[in-house]
Amino acid sequence: MRNYVLRRLLVAVPSLLIASLIVFTLPRLIPGDVVQMMLQEKAYGKDLEDLRAKLGLNRPIPVQYVDWLGAVARGNLGESLWTRQPVLAELARRLPVTALLGVMALGVAILIGIPVGIVSAVRPDGIVDFLARSAAILGLSVPAFVTAILVTLLPAIWWGWTPRGRFVEFSSGPAAYLLQFLLPAIILGIASAAGIMRLTRGMLLEVLRQDYVRTAWAKGLRERIVVLKHGLKNALIPVMTVLGLQVAAIAGGAVIIEWIFGIPGMGQFLVDAIVQRDYPVIQGINLVIVTIVVVTNLTVDLVYAVLDPRIRY
Amino acid sequence: MANSVGTLVARESVPRVWRLPALARLTLQFARRKPLGALGGAIVLALLLMAVFANRIAPYAYDQSIPMARNKPPSAQFWMGTDNLSRDVWSRVVYGARISVTVGFATVALATVIATAVGVSSAYLGGAYDIAIQRVVDAWMSFPALVVILSLMAALGPGLFNLILALSLIGSASASRVIRGSTLSVMASPYVEAARALGAGHLRIVIFYVLPNVMATIIILATIGLGTVILAESGLSFLGFGVPPPYPSWGAMLSGSGRSFMYYAPWMALFPAGAISLAVFGFNMLGDALRDVLDPRLRGSGRSPSGV
Repeated sequence: MRNYVLRRLLVAVPSLLIASLIVFTLPRLIPGDVVQMMLQEKAYGKDLEDLRAKLGLNRPIPVQYVDWLGAVARGNLGESLWTRQPVLAELARRLPVTALLGVMALGVAILIGIPVGIVSAVRPDGIVDFLARSAAILGLSVPAFVTAILVTLLPAIWWGWTPRGRFVEFSSGPAAYLLQFLLPAIILGIASAAGIMRLTRGMLLEVLRQDYVRTAWAKGLRERIVVLKHGLKNALIPVMTVLGLQVAAIAGGAVIIEWIFGIPGMGQFLVDAIVQRDYPVIQGINLVIVTIVVVTNLTVDLVYAVLDPRIRY
Repeated sequence: MANSVGTLVARESVPRVWRLPALARLTLQFARRKPLGALGGAIVLALLLMAVFANRIAPYAYDQSIPMARNKPPSAQFWMGTDNLSRDVWSRVVYGARISVTVGFATVALATVIATAVGVSSAYLGGAYDIAIQRVVDAWMSFPALVVILSLMAALGPGLFNLILALSLIGSASASRVIRGSTLSVMASPYVEAARALGAGHLRIVIFYVLPNVMATIIILATIGLGTVILAESGLSFLGFGVPPPYPSWGAMLSGSGRSFMYYAPWMALFPAGAISLAVFGFNMLGDALRDVLDPRLRGSGRSPSGV
């Protein structure tokens, strides 16, 4: 087990390093120069060079990469080329917003996906199963931004109700603050719920066919105990892996959802930074997101090993 | 199940007439076993026809302003109404199918070639090459697709070709992983060993023994990938990083200046939204059914622990 943890960590480190290289290179491929954009037409050749030197953009790219990596290791993500604010401070302000949205979305996905999956598996081909599977197909086919638009559009047409456009700060009350995340989180979570429901159903169906479950029935245990204690425990292990993958999917989906609902999180920050060619900000956001995803996958793998005693590494 | 029999050369003497009824019978059989898959196939077919014959089906050009027809609700003349720039929404949805189909198929074709080259070579050559390639794939897969595509699109600039390139780079990473796994299992089979014992070269083994047997996996991945790519394209266009206007992409029709008009002219949003969902639904259903029929082992992801 300890060997496995070590080996898994050893694999994660080069992945992160390569990811950091991708993170660093990508924004630099963006055509057009931030310096030219900042100075518009007012600049002469010398001014451009001066500003490049000031921002450290005139040095060779490998040198910039090593410098950047060193700074990152010390916890310094640089500062925005436009606002001169430290990227880390801005991220610290925005990450909790996206994290809250993500956690709520994941919560919605679990709360819908797993119970519906269980009911579906216990009575396969029943009415609930049929409805749930149809809904899941629908949930997988309708993209989150389409749902978001319909959800804001249809009530406006039918009842003249529109969601508030302005973002409520936490200082104006935790209830109102949390409430504004509810709708985006549900929309974001539904797409994930469909996948989780299908997997839970499939895994539970397979587990319930096994011999030890028949033994549990034969012992005269109640259905609840057989399904939840004997069946679900084993069925949920593969679901864990998919939950890990959903973190990446939700992080990606958050970009669009934040954009639609005007939530000042990482996604909005990223889109703005890309439009403005703000390298340090793009790098900072990508790095944080990738680190979260890698760490989540690592955690899932380790939890997996703990949960399933049959797995020996 | 595909096996080495598939690599035998078919007899030339078999009359060609027999192939079509056989294909039709297979299609019928597929439809009976997988009605949802057949429905998906029908939707995909309709989408293809719409894309190919867009200029015959659409009553107006996609960028044509029709005088005196601004924000008109659906009617006999304008099936899906008109938008805030007096353009016929039905015509734009029809032309939008071209974008979805072009981007979808081109991306999947490119991604499949890349994924097959990377996956098969990684599994076949093994060793340090395999380890290095797999770490890069790991890193690439750690990025949420939308985040890295956004960064790539910003780097490459807008445009149809760049969109296809960015989407296929992302799609190929995870597909290459599955193809690598498939190749590994094919390579362990006795007939590959037999071929090697007979003195077949590496290229011969890969082309005549490995590839035909990995083909089922590749076809399934490609079909399922189509739905994902169409979804991603619409999302990117929605954010304004896709095919530039005035060319109509379904995703772009839901965003931009039109968004504020949707409250007065909801048909502007409802029909493109329906088109995206229907297309993705069609490809997903067809892909799922093909997977079940061609290779049931691929059902459900994450069956085995993702050990190293």
